[in-house]
Amino acid sequence: MRHDHIISAKQLSRADIEAVLDHAADIAADPEAYAERHAGTLLGLLFFEPSTRTKMSFTTAMKRLGGDIVDMGSVESSSVKKGESLADTVRVVEGYADALVLRHPMEGSSKMASEFVDVPLVNAGDGAGQHPTQTLLDLYTIRENAGFDDLSIGIMGDLKYGRTVHSLAHALTNVDAHQHFISPESLQLPRSVRYDLHQEGAEVREHTELDEVLPELDVLYVTRIQRERFPDESEYREVAGQYQIDSETLAAAKDDLTVMHPLPRVDEIAHDIDDTEYATYFEQAHNGVPVRMALLDMLLEANE
Amino acid sequence: MTDDDQQLRVSKIRNGTVIDHITGGQALNVLAILGIDGTSGDSVSVAMNMPSDRLGKKDIVKVEGKELSQNEVDVLSLIAPAASINIVRDFEVVEKARVERPSMVEGVLECPNHNCISTEDEPVKSRFAVVDDGVRCEYCETIIRDNLPAHILAE
Ligand SMILES: [Zn+2]
Repeated sequence: MRHDHIISAKQLSRADIEAVLDHAADIAADPEAYAERHAGTLLGLLFFEPSTRTKMSFTTAMKRLGGDIVDMGSVESSSVKKGESLADTVRVVEGYADALVLRHPMEGSSKMASEFVDVPLVNAGDGAGQHPTQTLLDLYTIRENAGFDDLSIGIMGDLKYGRTVHSLAHALTNVDAHQHFISPESLQLPRSVRYDLHQEGAEVREHTELDEVLPELDVLYVTRIQRERFPDESEYREVAGQYQIDSETLAAAKDDLTVMHPLPRVDEIAHDIDDTEYATYFEQAHNGVPVRMALLDMLLEANE
Repeated sequence: MTDDDQQLRVSKIRNGTVIDHITGGQALNVLAILGIDGTSGDSVSVAMNMPSDRLGKKDIVKVEGKELSQNEVDVLSLIAPAASINIVRDFEVVEKARVERPSMVEGVLECPNHNCISTEDEPVKSRFAVVDDGVRCEYCETIIRDNLPAHILAE
């Protein structure tokens, strides 16, 4: 893999993806072997919006590689509050760290920031845009549980605004997965994502009901439908209710169905699924650490 | 005679640009791209929906005292892909060129996504890749298909 920055999962070829996932599997099998690998290395964390989970996962990954983090802290306490441009902020902070992780509420922020720095930069979410390490950990979880061969996956929930979904759907074109998109009509995939999927030769199969495809799925990826996407509470409840699953819903599923969710969930996956073989969402969250370790290791090695 | 002078003014320009073979009906959008609204005092003539062998109907724009920049030509090519550009100096056409579809347009269009970093006060120019039937923001990936002139950056 030869990339200076990780901005979007789209920049990764199938070979790149497999290389990261293979390396993550090696790390997960023997984490001790990597415990001193990047001793003395500092990872700069720039989180312009709160995302405790992602931040903890990157922090854990860097520390498990023997390195440490320097954290910009919250936006309220930084010079950004005084109107500093993002370009200036990253140019200052790159002097403190060997690599940067950026989370920012505006689309394209990581792409722009990467044009101003020489150290590797990893996009940890840019508004409604990309979040490539989430995609990689999703792919890792899918490969570990269902494999990529002849994969049939259903992606359900808010497909219009969910960036996790957009990025995952695009990445899955690399492995020629059969993708089914299950959502209310008002929350179907946006135009730019359809365009990309068509460009990659993928077929976009859309459904308004899970029943239509559930029996053939190897993986069901559930995302949250947010209240603010609907004009009123009752309409939200009615629509969102149709995309919640419990153990009864899954009676029609394959025995080895893998149920995933980027978390946090609210009520879209009932707790009675947690103790079943289907539930893979906590494992999915834990996979963020070896996957981020793998990615950071490869980026740091390549840029030494 | 006065009538002849008038005739001459409309058909010939001394120094400037004649844009021919504009897609019929797009002339006013071309003027918008060039930022020409008539207030500068330079003479501008527009002919719309003229018969054309090649296009069926075409528009022609003649602008006194202005030569086009590459950026302007790039955006022009998106709404009038068949246009030809004639640079006139001293009543003579000194340069004649067809527009070419660029792969990228930089610093001319504004991203319609208000949450796009390129619309903020950052030291970058907007950048759009030219895709099949529109342009796509290099930062946030928003695609603009229709009404490109409405997205031209204010000077
Ligand atoms: Zn944009």
